[in-house]
Amino acid sequence: MRILLVEDDKDVAGFIAKGLREAGHVVEHADNGRDGLFLAASENFDAIILDRMLPGGVDGLRLLETLRSQDNHTPVLFLSALAQVDDRIRGLKAGGDDYLTKPFVFAELLARVEALTRRSRNEGPQTKLVVGDLEMDLLARNVRRAGQKIDLQPREFRLLEYMMRHAGQVVTRTMLLEGVWDYHFDPQTNVIDVHVSRLRQKVDKPFASAMIHTIRNAGYMLRAEGA
Amino acid sequence: MSGTAAGQAGAMDIPAPPPALPRARLIGIAGERGGRLRWPRGLLRSAGLRFAGLYAALFGLSALALVLFLWWDTAALLDRQVDAAIRADAQGLNERWESGGLPALILTIRERLAENIDDDAIYMLVDNTGRRLAGNLDRWPPGITTDDDWYEMPIVRDRVRSLARVHNFALPGGFHLLVGRDVEARVKLRRILTDAMLWAVLVVAGLGGLGAFLVRSVLRGMLADISRTTAAIGAGDLTRRVRLSGRGDEFDRLAETINDMLERISRLMEGVRAVSNAIAHDLRTPITRARARLEDALTHADAAADLRAAIERAEADLDGIVAVFQAILRIAEIEAGARRSAFSPFDLAPVLGDLAELYGAVAEERGLTFIFRSPAALMLFGDRDMIQQAVANLLDNALKFSPPRGEIQLLAESQGRIVRITVTDQGPGIPEAERARVTERFYRGESARTTPGSGLGLALALAVAQLHDGTLTLTDNAPGLAATLNLPSQES
Repeated sequence: MRILLVEDDKDVAGFIAKGLREAGHVVEHADNGRDGLFLAASENFDAIILDRMLPGGVDGLRLLETLRSQDNHTPVLFLSALAQVDDRIRGLKAGGDDYLTKPFVFAELLARVEALTRRSRNEGPQTKLVVGDLEMDLLARNVRRAGQKIDLQPREFRLLEYMMRHAGQVVTRTMLLEGVWDYHFDPQTNVIDVHVSRLRQKVDKPFASAMIHTIRNAGYMLRAEGA
Repeated sequence: MSGTAAGQAGAMDIPAPPPALPRARLIGIAGERGGRLRWPRGLLRSAGLRFAGLYAALFGLSALALVLFLWWDTAALLDRQVDAAIRADAQGLNERWESGGLPALILTIRERLAENIDDDAIYMLVDNTGRRLAGNLDRWPPGITTDDDWYEMPIVRDRVRSLARVHNFALPGGFHLLVGRDVEARVKLRRILTDAMLWAVLVVAGLGGLGAFLVRSVLRGMLADISRTTAAIGAGDLTRRVRLSGRGDEFDRLAETINDMLERISRLMEGVRAVSNAIAHDLRTPITRARARLEDALTHADAAADLRAAIERAEADLDGIVAVFQAILRIAEIEAGARRSAFSPFDLAPVLGDLAELYGAVAEERGLTFIFRSPAALMLFGDRDMIQQAVANLLDNALKFSPPRGEIQLLAESQGRIVRITVTDQGPGIPEAERARVTERFYRGESARTTPGSGLGLALALAVAQLHDGTLTLTDNAPGLAATLNLPSQES
């Protein structure tokens, strides 16, 4: 993946770039809004990580608005110290696809960036999700693994759907809270772990191999055996 | 590194300077405003004087309109009466003329003059040569030339000058008859009326001026208190409030509004102070701990594994610091009331249902009993996400403090205009003495202070409740704690 990183803090930018490269991505870096806009508009990227407050006269919001007005739909993840609810809403309204506040955990950033690019890749409406021998019929709302029907509660269904849509990618607890429960805060309790563990009981336990994997210090990943 | 830490601590200790500038400006404005009321140089710009002038002008104008109306009405009535009398008189004389001819007319005129007690009737009958046949005028007044017309003219009668209103009738045979009334009395009356009205204007002007003065001083008195209070507030005395007269009038309402505003300002100021206190209390300790660990590792750790462990612990400490920091900022954000604009009506029941599902699973996993009861619909007006977070915090607390095999309840009910959301646990609860203080802003129980990331949950729930004009009450669940959010329900 080609990722554009627009971030003025050298240390933070270096840390992110290093991490992304280690994860196998190609990173271009701009340390001010003007250069960032130029790069974003002139080259093709799979995702843009964008700071809100940038030097150079063009801040993150303006950069994104300009980009969107040029019909450029590269997925954008805001990475900002502006953490208030209104800031977040403003960022998403300007055309941002996701919003992560500083300070952040790198695993969270990586998971979200990778989720972004997946989201942009298959935009069309799907009626069926398939990962390995796990099949989900979104219309009939039923799930089968190896031909065997699995009964799921509505919320478990949505949880599994979210994980299947991001199969092969790390999904963090915060992503699940936001994506499945629409909660925008971090509970003190390990609520997500409990619900994932319940899902495992139904999706993994009766079968020979596990599909839902815990990724240490990051979150979970659903993937087909051998994948 | 110690340099940045010291720098941050230093910055936290002096939050005062930035507000100093607007405060100075406030004093300037308030002082100027006080000056406007107090000094004559600003008299023309005084709103009190403007209102007073307006009052006087309105009062004067209405009085003048009344006087003019009276004047015209009286004068016109008198005129009409005179004309009617003359006409009636002429009618009678005409009848005599027609029935008895000239002698009867002359006789009648003489009779009428004799009977005229008021001595205001004027008759004059002349023949075609202008010779006087009857009447009380010495001679035919010059100027009366046109037949059948009205005249208002000065006359001399019994050597007395007077004013008369007469009508000239032409009779067959070249005779002319003047019928009229002496209207000198009317003129006098008019003069008296005019005089009275001039006096009235003077009195009106006097009263208007006095009223204006009263209006101005009342206005000034009322505004002076507001001005004094705001000036005092501007100077930093946040305890001052505008006095209420108790009459419940517009000024009282203004005073109430201002007092509400001042209340809010002082609450916000308190909030700012509390935030800096909270930062000092809640963040200094974990920062100190993290710093100590890193320094210890730097000087004592020999193996790479030790260093790695120290770094991991420091990272966890930092995460804890960030969590506290975010909670503090979020509470401050809620308390600032900025989110009120995002309020909307919504049904709380499904929100609670989701929370019950989310947390019920955790409770079950831990071997706790989870009971959820809620009406099918609970309409509220507010911020859905915030209330969700407040209830989640209460549930977090309940889970955290529940003993094994304990019971947690999430109960919602609608009582009149109040929606009550109660979360109970069977944990250690909060001692009565501490319970009242827990709902104080940023207070953290002694036991909570040692558990990172906790303690601010109740403060946040309280802030959310207050933002929605509700309350958070803590009661004894015997055993355990019952935390209740009381929120005003949406009026349909």
